[in-house]
Amino acid sequence: MISSQLVDLSRLQFAITALYHFLFVPLTLGLSFILVIMEATYVLTGRQIYKDMVKFWGKLFGINFALGVTTGITMEFQFGTNWAYYSQYVGDVFGAPLAIEGLMAFFLESTFIGLFFFGWGRLSKGKHLLVTLLMAVGSNLSALWILIANAWMQDPVGAHFNYHTMRMELTNFWTVVFNPTAQAKVVHTVSAGYVTGALFVLGISSYYLLKNRDTEFARRSFRIAAAFGLAASLSVIVLGDESGYTVTESQQSKLAAIEAMWHTEPAPAALNLIALPDQETESNRYDVQIPYLMGLIGTRSVTKTIPGIAEIKEKNRRRIENGIIALTALERLRRDPQDAQARELFRDHQQDLGFGLLLKKYTSDVSRATPQMIQQAVDDTVPRVAPLFWSFRIMVGLGFSFLALFALAFYYSAKGNFMHKRWLLKWALWFIPLPWVAAEFGWVVSEYGRQPWSIYGVLPTQLSVSSLSTESLHWSIAGFVLFYTGLLIAEMYLMVKYARQGPGSLGTGRYANEPSGT
Amino acid sequence: MFDYETLKFIWWLVIGVLLMGFAIMDGHDMGVGTLLPFVGRTDLERRAIINTVGPHWDGNQVWFITGGGAIFAAWPLVYATAFSGFYWAMLAVLWAMFFRPVGFDYRSKIDRPLWRKGWDLGLFIGGAVPPIIFGVAFGNLLLGVPFHFDDSLRSSYSGTFWQLLSPFALLAGLVSLSLLTFQGANYLMVRTEGAIYQRARKAALAFGVLLLVSFSLAGIWVSHMKGYAITSGASPDGLPNPLAKMVSVEAGAWLRNYQFYPWTKLVPALAYAGGVLGILFAYLRRPLSAFVSSSLAVLGVIGTAGVSMFPFVMPSSSDPRSSLTVWDSTSSQLTLGLMFGAVVIFVPLIVLYTSWAYKVMAGKVTTEYIEANSNSTY
Repeated sequence: MISSQLVDLSRLQFAITALYHFLFVPLTLGLSFILVIMEATYVLTGRQIYKDMVKFWGKLFGINFALGVTTGITMEFQFGTNWAYYSQYVGDVFGAPLAIEGLMAFFLESTFIGLFFFGWGRLSKGKHLLVTLLMAVGSNLSALWILIANAWMQDPVGAHFNYHTMRMELTNFWTVVFNPTAQAKVVHTVSAGYVTGALFVLGISSYYLLKNRDTEFARRSFRIAAAFGLAASLSVIVLGDESGYTVTESQQSKLAAIEAMWHTEPAPAALNLIALPDQETESNRYDVQIPYLMGLIGTRSVTKTIPGIAEIKEKNRRRIENGIIALTALERLRRDPQDAQARELFRDHQQDLGFGLLLKKYTSDVSRATPQMIQQAVDDTVPRVAPLFWSFRIMVGLGFSFLALFALAFYYSAKGNFMHKRWLLKWALWFIPLPWVAAEFGWVVSEYGRQPWSIYGVLPTQLSVSSLSTESLHWSIAGFVLFYTGLLIAEMYLMVKYARQGPGSLGTGRYANEPSGT
Repeated sequence: MFDYETLKFIWWLVIGVLLMGFAIMDGHDMGVGTLLPFVGRTDLERRAIINTVGPHWDGNQVWFITGGGAIFAAWPLVYATAFSGFYWAMLAVLWAMFFRPVGFDYRSKIDRPLWRKGWDLGLFIGGAVPPIIFGVAFGNLLLGVPFHFDDSLRSSYSGTFWQLLSPFALLAGLVSLSLLTFQGANYLMVRTEGAIYQRARKAALAFGVLLLVSFSLAGIWVSHMKGYAITSGASPDGLPNPLAKMVSVEAGAWLRNYQFYPWTKLVPALAYAGGVLGILFAYLRRPLSAFVSSSLAVLGVIGTAGVSMFPFVMPSSSDPRSSLTVWDSTSSQLTLGLMFGAVVIFVPLIVLYTSWAYKVMAGKVTTEYIEANSNSTY
């Protein structure tokens, strides 16, 4: 039996490294396209100020990108180091998009980022713009393949279990690629990156405007960010809603927990705007509801019901019971592949094999699971409600606040008087960190909400870990925290230094705060 | 398109090609990092050295990442078993590599001696530690690794980190370090001039000789050590199941491929030829030829390890039948075929645009150039 402590530590390490990596990804996704817009403007108008904008925002982009690369390597290897059984169990399916990401996207992005920084003066205007575009396309394609892989963890389509090789195997690659969960996820996540990039430029430009320096540079940057950000924040919300719709199809337990819906309600269900969920009594101590809204979002109809937690658990209880049969038959088949009766039993119940594996947390011999163990496994099938309920609401609330900010920023930049709206500039400046907060909570909703599974319905997180000692995990977590803290301090120091200094850091002689001695 | 057995063999070649691509491309960046504190004496010289790889290290590093991803997709059992078994070795590689992106990008952004010397040390660690550990890992593959599978194919590693550092494995680490540093020194000669060039040339000669000596010693050692051989049960075209075979352990088994297929002796011969020519061309001050030669040495050295062990990828010393081979640690036929298609499409493209990037940035990086472009170079 695998110690729960090992599982918890492995999860903690993955969460730390993934959340940390995700501090750098969104800005790369968004800022790269803002750089493309600025450089295209430069190529079209030939005005030097747009080239300076590409170079200055590119400098900040580079500082961020370095840590994105650094922390991304960890992610590529951590499946093998810490999730070995996961890797052997689903590598046939999950490995493919990761490898294609490297071949198709990461090479492109990483090769052209070198030319982006060093190719000025060696490339014609048009060619340099092409380089910047390929870099942006590369980073967005990276996100596409990673999120296809992630969507497969949420909604494992296009694959089946092979008892000869004891693993999931690919049956249809294009089903994996065109997984509806993946489509919604990709656009939602990538748009969130665009919001991050836009707010970053908007906020820092506002800072210069508030300080009344480099105003020409800041005004033009602000305008581009406002337009780009408005489009992106609309896209995030629309596609987030689409994610909500696909979640209801594939992961009812996640949705029920997000909504603190303990019992199935008559259609169309109400939406709990605010509630105090109580895991012990499986009810909400207090709630503010909006009638009908949940049913409309979740099912796009007024007649379909959304199952509540109690009903989902009852359904899962039956699946766990079937899973015991599947797993027992599988163990017989592993001993004797010719056992025709076991093969038939397995074939009839294998769609519930993953549910049987949930019991491995409590007993190594699943065929002798007690009713109490089964009850524990049933309770495990729905993630804890309060963390999901609140993470989701923080994310959505922030999403709408970004929309409001960008709508106003866009409105006043169209009117041309945003420079004088100090309240708006201050709002943009103070809001710089918040897209990251929303993104991190989004990760929690998506991945904590997938528990107890690493692959939804197929492989429990409990079984996915490597056979390591808890002592190893203590030390490796300590090491990651140490390294990542040091790197973050260096990164933040440089980012703040250059953001404060502004375009003067380019040393062109055209801006405030030129470096001394040049 | 291809039958399963052919695909499995192709993937052994593809993984080999990706590892060689990594060693040639990221390898020379790492070699440059290793040499940085010794070949560059002043800050300006060091900046010149860093800027020879500045526009390219990031793309080159993707060979490493894609290699990892390809092993995940094509050899999931190897990915799972090796990475979790070599846990601390893998983390040491990762943590050493942390210094590179930030070292390259952040070093020149603050003009304080302590900050810059700190990152120089970081770039040295990021350049020297990974090659040593990769060599040590290959050494351990040749020796066999203590791991086994249970009936549900969950792997357990029963050794320790310190156990990996046996004398033979350390020798393999030296082979790998001298190979990549040799490669890096030749690259530096291509892209620099003056004092840096002279010092890089000395380094190329020294590490070239060290490579030939350590590679020869390792070869003699391998010919006497216990190797592994499949005795029954593993059908190359069957569904992968590492527990379905029997394996014998016998001295000299790692030489069997060279006896059965004498033409494979060309592979170690290539390592020697590349090494000798690389030294010769460095001596004759023909850096580009020297770089091509040491790249051939990379092919020869990695190829030699691969051919010696074939069809084994990761033999188990504690439970030989758990050993992972080319035939029983692969993905399904569908995944192998699909991923091969992706490799056929994308690897030539990568080579094409990488070559273009080098062409755009071609020429010597001088200290004068760094001084003139202080705000836009590393």
